Amino acid sequence: METLDPLLLARIQFAANITFHILFPTITIALCWALLFFRWRWIATRNEAWLAAYRLWTKVFALSFAMGVVSGITMSFQFGTNWPGFMERVGNIAGPLLGYEVLTAFFLEATFLGVMLFGHGRVSERVHMIATALVALGTTSSAFWILALNSWMQTPAGFYVESGQYHVESWLAVIFNPSFPYRFTHMLIASGLTVSFLLAGLSAWQILRRRETLATAVALRTGLIAGAVLIPLQIFVGDMHGLNTLEHQPQKVAAIEGVWQTERGAPLLLFAMPDEKTRSNRFEIGIPKGASLILKHDPEGEIRGLNEFEGRHPPVAPLFWGFRIMVGIGVLMLLASWAGVWALRRRAPNALPRPLLWGLVGMTFSGWVATVAGWYVTEIGRQPYLVFGELLTRDLVGPAPASSIAISLTAYLITYLVLIVAYVSVLFYMAGKADSTPYAQGGQA
Amino acid sequence: MSFAQFLPLFFFVILGVAMLLYVLLDGFDLGIGLLLPLAPNAEKDSMVASIGPFWDANETWLVLGVGILLIAFPQAHGQILGALYLPVTAMLIGLILRGVAFDFRVKARDHHKRLWNLNFFAGSLIATLAQGWMLGRYVTGFGQGTGHHAFALLITLTLPAAYVMLGGCWLLLKSEGDLQEKARCWARRSLVPVALGLLLISLATPWVSETVRERWFTMPAFLALLPIPLICVLALAGLAWVLQRPRVREEFAWLPFVLAIVILLMGFFGLAYSLYPYVIMDRMTLWDAAASTPALTVIFIGTVITVPVILGYTAFSYWVFRGKSTPLTYG
Repeated sequence: METLDPLLLARIQFAANITFHILFPTITIALCWALLFFRWRWIATRNEAWLAAYRLWTKVFALSFAMGVVSGITMSFQFGTNWPGFMERVGNIAGPLLGYEVLTAFFLEATFLGVMLFGHGRVSERVHMIATALVALGTTSSAFWILALNSWMQTPAGFYVESGQYHVESWLAVIFNPSFPYRFTHMLIASGLTVSFLLAGLSAWQILRRRETLATAVALRTGLIAGAVLIPLQIFVGDMHGLNTLEHQPQKVAAIEGVWQTERGAPLLLFAMPDEKTRSNRFEIGIPKGASLILKHDPEGEIRGLNEFEGRHPPVAPLFWGFRIMVGIGVLMLLASWAGVWALRRRAPNALPRPLLWGLVGMTFSGWVATVAGWYVTEIGRQPYLVFGELLTRDLVGPAPASSIAISLTAYLITYLVLIVAYVSVLFYMAGKADSTPYAQGGQA
Repeated sequence: MSFAQFLPLFFFVILGVAMLLYVLLDGFDLGIGLLLPLAPNAEKDSMVASIGPFWDANETWLVLGVGILLIAFPQAHGQILGALYLPVTAMLIGLILRGVAFDFRVKARDHHKRLWNLNFFAGSLIATLAQGWMLGRYVTGFGQGTGHHAFALLITLTLPAAYVMLGGCWLLLKSEGDLQEKARCWARRSLVPVALGLLLISLATPWVSETVRERWFTMPAFLALLPIPLICVLALAGLAWVLQRPRVREEFAWLPFVLAIVILLMGFFGLAYSLYPYVIMDRMTLWDAAASTPALTVIFIGTVITVPVILGYTAFSYWVFRGKSTPLTYG
C-alpha cells in the first residue's frame, strides 16, 4: 500500500463520487420542470397523452431523485473525510454556502417530493401543482448554491485572508463572483439538454421496439423541440463562458486549445496528441487562425501559451480531449434535434425516419457524457489549485491513510458501477413495459 | 454571554436537534428496513408504503447535522470524520443501497424485486450498525483500548434494537390487520434488548469516562438529573404494558410511538448532558471549534428564518399523509 499516493486516491475518490452524483441532479433539475409542464398540459387540455407522459416520467424522476439524494449525502461527508484542510481554510466562505443549500433547497425538495409523488387524492390539484413547483424550485436553488461555491473556487472574489483563514468581505461578491453567471446558466441548460435527449431517446426506443404508449409522441416532441431550442442557446452561453475563462484562467484555455507557446493567429486544433514531456503536440490537425478567431474574435489575436504558466497549469491531455468530447456532442445534439424538428413538420413522431430514431436512441445519455466531460474540463482545469490561484489541492488533503482510501474507493466504485447498470436498464425496462398504469405495477396494488 | 459566545452554543443546540430528529425520523424508517425480511412478500409493500413519502426528508436531517458540524465547527468536523473514516464509508454505502432499493424494488423486473428487498434490508442494517459504532466511538472521544471499543460495540448492538422499536411502533400506527398485529409483536420483542442495552450503556458510560462520572455523580446534580433515567424507565415500562392492551391497535395506536420517542429523547438528554460543552469529548469545546463570528452570523440568520419554515412544511407533509398508510401510487 505504501506505493499508493493518498492525494491521488483522495482526488480519484472525490472525482468518482461527484461524477456519479452529478448524473442525477443533471436529470432531476430539468425533469422536474418538464413534469410540471406535462401536468399543466394535462390540466389545460385533458389530453390523456400528457397524463401518461407525466406518469412514466414521474417514475424516472423518482428513481433519479433517489439516486441523487443518496449520492449527495455521500458528497456532504466527503469534505470532512478527505479534504478537512479545505473547510479549515475556507470554511467561513464554503460553510454558509453549503448551509444555505441544505436549508433552502434540500429540505424543500425532499419534503415536497413526498406530496408530489404520492399526494394525489390526498391534496387538491392546485396544492399538488404547488408541491411540484416547489420541488423544481428546490432542485434549481440547490444548483444555485453549489454553483456559487464551485464558481468561487474557480474565480475567488469578495474575501480577505487573515492568518491563513479566509474571511468574507462581501457576500454579494462571493456569490456573484466573475464566473458564476456563466457557469450557473451553462449548467441549467446542460440539464435541459440532458433531459431533452433522455425524453427523445427513450421515446424513440419505444417506437422502434413497437412499445409505444400514449406518452411516446408527446414526450418525443417535447424532447426534440426543447433540445432544438436549447442547443443554440448553450453554444452561445458556452462561448461566453469560454471568454470568461480566458480572462480569469488563461492557462485552462491554453490547455483546452493545446497552445504551448504564446502566439498570434493560433490555429483551432481539431486533433492533436499533447505531450507534457516535450511540451508540444504531435499529429496536429487544425484550422489556421481558428482559436484566435473564436477566443479573441480576431484572426490575429494573441493566445497566451502554457509555457507562461509552467508548473502552475493543469494537465493538458484531459482538458484537450474533454473539451472536444463536449463540443462534439454539442454538434451532434444540434444536428439531431434540428433534423428531428424538421422531420416532425411533415411526419408523425412514430413515422420519423428509422436512422434518425436510432440516432436518438444512441444519444439517450449523450447529455451525461457532455456534462461530465465539461465538468472534467473545468475541474481538472482548476488544478493544481483547489481554490484557483490561492490554495493548492495537495496542501488540503486529509490524513486518512492510503489503505483506508483504497478500501472506501473500491467499495464506492463497485456500488456505483452496479447502480449505473441497474439504473440504465431499469429506465429502458420501464419505457418498454408499455403501460401507463402508475407506480402500483409489480405487486404494489 | 456575548452574541459571539452565544452563536457557537446556538449551533451546538441546532446540531443536537438535527441529530436527534435524524435518529427519531430516519430511525423509524431504518427500523422498517430491518424488519422487512420478517414479513411475507405481500406485506413488504405495505411496510415500505408506510415510509414512502417520508424517508427522503428524514435523511436530510443527517445532511443538516453534518452540515452544521461543517459550517459551525470546521475544526471538529475534520477530526471527527477523519477518525470515523471507515464507518462513515460503511454508513454511506448502506444508505445508498437502501435509498435506491426503495425505488428499484417496485420498478425493476419482478424477479429482481427479491434482490432489491435484500438490498433494502442489508443497507438498513449496515447503516444502523455503522451509526451505532460511530456514536460509540464519538462518545468516548475516540479513546483507544479494549474498554472503549467494547463500549462502542455495545452501542452498535443496541441501536438496531432501538430502531426496530421505533419502526415497529410506527408500523403499528400506520398499518391495519395482520401486519399491525405483527408490528405489535416486533415492537414488544425489541423492548428487552433496548432496555438491556440502555442499562448497560448507562452503567458503562461513567466507567469509560471520568468526565461523565464527575458530571453525574456529584450531589446536587445527581438529584437534578434523576428524572432522566426515571422517565426513561417509566416510558419503557409503559410501552411494555401498553403493547399488551388490545386497544393499542385502535384509538391508542399513536401511544407506543410517542413512548418510544420519549425513551430515545431521555437517552439523548443524558448523552447531551454528558458531552456538553465538548464537541470532541475532553479535547475540544464548542467554543474552541467554532467558525468565525461573521460566518456564524450569516448562517444564524438563515437558520432562524428557515428552520421554523422547514419544521412547518415537514409537519404539513406528515399531516397530508396522516392516518393509515395507503398503497403508493403516482397520480
